[in-house]
Amino acid sequence: MAVILDVQDMNVYYGAIHAVKGISFQVEEGEIVTLIGANGAGKTTTLQTVSGLLRSRTGSITFMGQNISAVPAFKLVSHGLAQVPEGRRIFLQMTVEENLEMGAFTQGSSAVAPHMERVYAQFPRLKERRRQIAGTLSGGEQQMLAMGRALMSDPKLLMLDEPSMGLAPILVEQIFDIIQQLNKAGSTILLVEQNAQMALSVAHRGYVLETGRVTLTGPGRELLEDEAVKKAYLGS
Amino acid sequence: MEFLNYLISGISLGSIYAIIALGYTMVYGIAKMLNFAHGDVIMVGGYISFCTVFYLGLPSWLSVLIAMAVCTVLGVVIEGLAYKPLRSAPSLAVLITAIGVSYFLQNAALLIWGATPKVYVPVVEGSMPLFGGKLSISYVSLLTVVVCIIIMVGLTLFTGKTKMGKAMRACSEDKGAAQLMGINVNRTISMTFAIGSALAAVAGVLQCSFIPMLEPTTGSMPGIKAFTAAVFGGIGSIPGAFLGGLLLGIIESLAKAYISTQLANSIVFAVLIIVLLVRPAGLLGKYVPEKV
Ligand SMILES: Nc1ncnc2c1ncn2[C@@H]1O[C@H](COP(=O)(O)OP(=O)(O)OP(=O)(O)O)[C@@H](O)[C@H]1O
Ligand SMILES: [Mg+2]
Repeated sequence: MAVILDVQDMNVYYGAIHAVKGISFQVEEGEIVTLIGANGAGKTTTLQTVSGLLRSRTGSITFMGQNISAVPAFKLVSHGLAQVPEGRRIFLQMTVEENLEMGAFTQGSSAVAPHMERVYAQFPRLKERRRQIAGTLSGGEQQMLAMGRALMSDPKLLMLDEPSMGLAPILVEQIFDIIQQLNKAGSTILLVEQNAQMALSVAHRGYVLETGRVTLTGPGRELLEDEAVKKAYLGS
Repeated sequence: MEFLNYLISGISLGSIYAIIALGYTMVYGIAKMLNFAHGDVIMVGGYISFCTVFYLGLPSWLSVLIAMAVCTVLGVVIEGLAYKPLRSAPSLAVLITAIGVSYFLQNAALLIWGATPKVYVPVVEGSMPLFGGKLSISYVSLLTVVVCIIIMVGLTLFTGKTKMGKAMRACSEDKGAAQLMGINVNRTISMTFAIGSALAAVAGVLQCSFIPMLEPTTGSMPGIKAFTAAVFGGIGSIPGAFLGGLLLGIIESLAKAYISTQLANSIVFAVLIIVLLVRPAGLLGKYVPEKV
């Protein structure tokens, strides 16, 4: 399988704070790869750097064979990268449909309708509410909207930052089901999670982050069985 | 009849404030900054229109288009040179820069056009008698109100229906998320300045047609009042700027007529303070519930 995202030696600072300390990881086409770690481990920082909102001081980020480490964030969407940011960050004052349209901002106008149909087929609830102001959706619906919005650009790599955050267990299950369905339908996924149990059980491979460093990596199932991971992240 | 006359002049004055306030509010909504130089762009618009008519002998309507073009470029250049480098600076730094740009424009105008006021020839003259001459509406007033409504409807359609307009709203809510959608935030902000400045040129021409005198400080007072109007209506809100501008003009005109000319401005600002005490977000400023 081809590597579609290759991150080498990423170092990210917030002023004097060294948040990500020399992380390297890869995502292959068709995989679900997860980055797990406690609060403040550097997961969000890593994703934001891949999507160009933050910059790494060293190393390289290669996406589909192209070095994207200096490409402005807004241009990366047309390279095939989409991110569902932490806390969803949907446009609360816009309608559901307008949010989805924004997701397809870089697409030609003829591509919007078919993509929207596909997203509505995946999330029928969004179709029912398409004229509703996004700020009035429930938390679970907002998460679906954030995912649907990212899918509107038909990305080659979908990055999700804690999609299960703040959701009831039943909704968490549903979100992870959707992630697996999307993957089966051909999407490559980079998943950041605190819910290590769920993340590792759907992921092909995982990386464990601790205070800005990768401390462990391996197939999802193996990490689930790992004593250190069990102790630190699975509460057993 | 007298009351109606004052009301009409209040509405047309208010329409000018509304046009300026729309520019203020759009820039605030998207760039999250108070562009205090906005009023001075009005003055530049007035001078450009004056010069093209006076020195080049061009027709008024053409002078308006030229003023709009010049102000659009000016607005984009100001944004690019003065504000863009401060995108991640504290808002106080941006505010001070904006005040600096305002003084720069006034002094540049002083240098170019001198301190002696120019007499502006209104874009339209004459008035329409009503009720057998008991009441008359000047064509400038009519034009102002019509132009203001067209602009307000145009902007509402633009931000509500077009892709670029929606992208502007997305930027106004969350610039990071907008970039993740592939929206070029810098370009969107420039575009907002372009629209706001073109509107300022229109406001300049109308303002000078209303009070046909033009000097380097011509834009400051209407600028401040329009800013007040934008806050009054709910800064960031397009219908709010429209409503705020109209109300402010009406209050000012009636206060001048029935209370005192000297106190009119104080009354206008006092009303603003009272409204903000009762409704801190302004008349149409909205509260959106946020879910975590
Ligand atoms: N804007 C910022 N300014 C300064 N420090 C920051 C900023 N954002 C994050 N940090 C710091 O960088 C480190 C990594 O933060 P990051 O948000 O990437 O962690 P995370 O793994 O996503 O955590 P969480 O699971 O809580 O979302 C933390 O120590 C955090 O305090
Ligand atoms: Mg995070």
